[in-house]
Amino acid sequence: MLVTPALLWTLLFFVAPFVAMALLSLNFQAEGGMTVANYSQFFTNPSYYRAMVNSLQVTGMVTLISVLLAYPFAWILAEQIPPRLQRLALLLAILPFWTSYVVRSYSWLLVLAQNGVVNDALLRTGLVTEPLQLANTRAATIIGFVHFFVMLLTLTIFASLKQLNPSYRKAAADLGAGPIRSFLYVILPLTLPGVVVGAFLTFVLAIGDYITPQILGGNNELLMPQLIMMQIGRRGDFPLASALALILMAVVTIAYIACARWLKIERT
Amino acid sequence: MFTSFMPSLKRGACAAAIASIAVISPAAAADLNALIWCDHADPALLKPFEDANGIKVNVKEFEGTGAGFAIVDQSQPGDWDVMVIDSIDIPRGVEKGLFEPLPEEQLPFADLYAEVTMDGSTKVDGKRYGITEKFGYNTIGFNNSKVDAADMQSMNSLLDAKYKGRIAIYDYYLPIIGMAALSIGKKTTELTEADLPAIKEVLLKMKANSKLVGEVTASQTALATGEVDILVGGGEWVTAGLAKENPALDFSVPKEGAILWSQSLAMFSASKNKDMALKFIQYVMSPEGQARLATSSCYWGMPASKAAALDDAQKKILRVAEQPEFLKRSQPYPAPSAELDKKMQDLWTEMLQSQ
Repeated sequence: MLVTPALLWTLLFFVAPFVAMALLSLNFQAEGGMTVANYSQFFTNPSYYRAMVNSLQVTGMVTLISVLLAYPFAWILAEQIPPRLQRLALLLAILPFWTSYVVRSYSWLLVLAQNGVVNDALLRTGLVTEPLQLANTRAATIIGFVHFFVMLLTLTIFASLKQLNPSYRKAAADLGAGPIRSFLYVILPLTLPGVVVGAFLTFVLAIGDYITPQILGGNNELLMPQLIMMQIGRRGDFPLASALALILMAVVTIAYIACARWLKIERT
Repeated sequence: MFTSFMPSLKRGACAAAIASIAVISPAAAADLNALIWCDHADPALLKPFEDANGIKVNVKEFEGTGAGFAIVDQSQPGDWDVMVIDSIDIPRGVEKGLFEPLPEEQLPFADLYAEVTMDGSTKVDGKRYGITEKFGYNTIGFNNSKVDAADMQSMNSLLDAKYKGRIAIYDYYLPIIGMAALSIGKKTTELTEADLPAIKEVLLKMKANSKLVGEVTASQTALATGEVDILVGGGEWVTAGLAKENPALDFSVPKEGAILWSQSLAMFSASKNKDMALKFIQYVMSPEGQARLATSSCYWGMPASKAAALDDAQKKILRVAEQPEFLKRSQPYPAPSAELDKKMQDLWTEMLQSQ
């Protein structure tokens, strides 16, 4: 009885739209008849499935770089910053979340532009003689994403590190493990759930994001959300957009299953 | 594109949507509810009309006819009174039964540039469903302090290695495909599927030479900030509004020609406020309304009416004196069949994905 509101909420705002989208993607006719043409279009048109490849490559890079940057950052926050300053440090870490996503992306566009801060610094220091093309590239999209998600990952990894019982490290040291061995065989495995949760969230949020690649990528390649938006904005082709959205959702589901299984193994 | 499933889907979702419809639906019938492009959202355009008639104009911006029709599909009949639409797309709205014939005798058709009345699109079965309010060109926008203006008189320069990495392409398939067609000597009104391979070749070369493909804001920003020096598909709609800040921004109509864009106003047949809708259209088409619309803060464009009350500086920026020559060398947007349109969009997607 107590779960009824939650159940209704899920039915109304998840299951019903999901079913509607699935039927729409199949060009369902009230008088009968369905087709998988929209799905086959995705798998047979190289420009379409290329968007998925692009999305996976970009999202994979974003997730990997964010983890590599966030872990040491979270480590410093948890281990090197005095406890009384940790709250302030965390506050500073999440500051990027307070600004508008669109404004942040446009800011990056200006920073990376031909006349932007980065190129200006490179030219002044003589490291380059011609401005580099940084804006409107895949690299720009990745930078924009990483700036945001490294903070998200820092929070999840920080939480894992803080929950770690200090006696594990002492025990490892007592048994003769050096700092590196202790980290690799004790700390890292125990904090991996936090890493995976953050990485999964990063993957899900990045692969479905339209704004960042649209603003920073310069439309020099299409990612899945851009391809979906094209079908809606240009063609008004909701069935094809639904099919593409469901394919994207399937990829996210696969990622979830992979992470869920992995986490389960770690916890047993 | 919408299947017969759509109405039943909407009915099915109706119960859940009632509350949200109440929130998102346009306001009272006494107000005017307009589906518009961003240039109509300028208070400098709307306020004089609101003050004169003691009403509020509720506006909803959209980009692209498909998105506009989607909003109408998701609304109740009578929610909207007027719509701004690409002139070439008016027949699509008429086919869907959306638009009301306009009383030609109450509108200043005699003042319009003859080339932009677009009778082939704004009239269906002898009835007038739209009136062109603003037009311009998708052509070559450029920074004349960085680019040789003489080069911009030929579309071949867009493929020249000299400009590699200095070009942005406006992300709208119809005008750019139209420009590519012009560059190979094709008429936009006669395009067929057989022309697509040659057009594709031009597009891929253009993309290879470009730095980015951007929608309105991105492409305008790229040209204004010096990120690129040339905007393919640009025109007065990009450069005129920035003329004061950056007088070096310019546009050319190359020897191959340019693509004429044209936006119209149409009235919804289900409007509950047709008298006010007509008044609004008359206001926008008046000399004052035309001048305000032409110099809207969102983007500038040529007023469709020769009687527009532009001052000399505005006329100079919009190059009013050169319009007869520009119009002579321009061709309308391609107006493909649904099947050809799909192929053109697939071609555009392929171009965007090309490396």
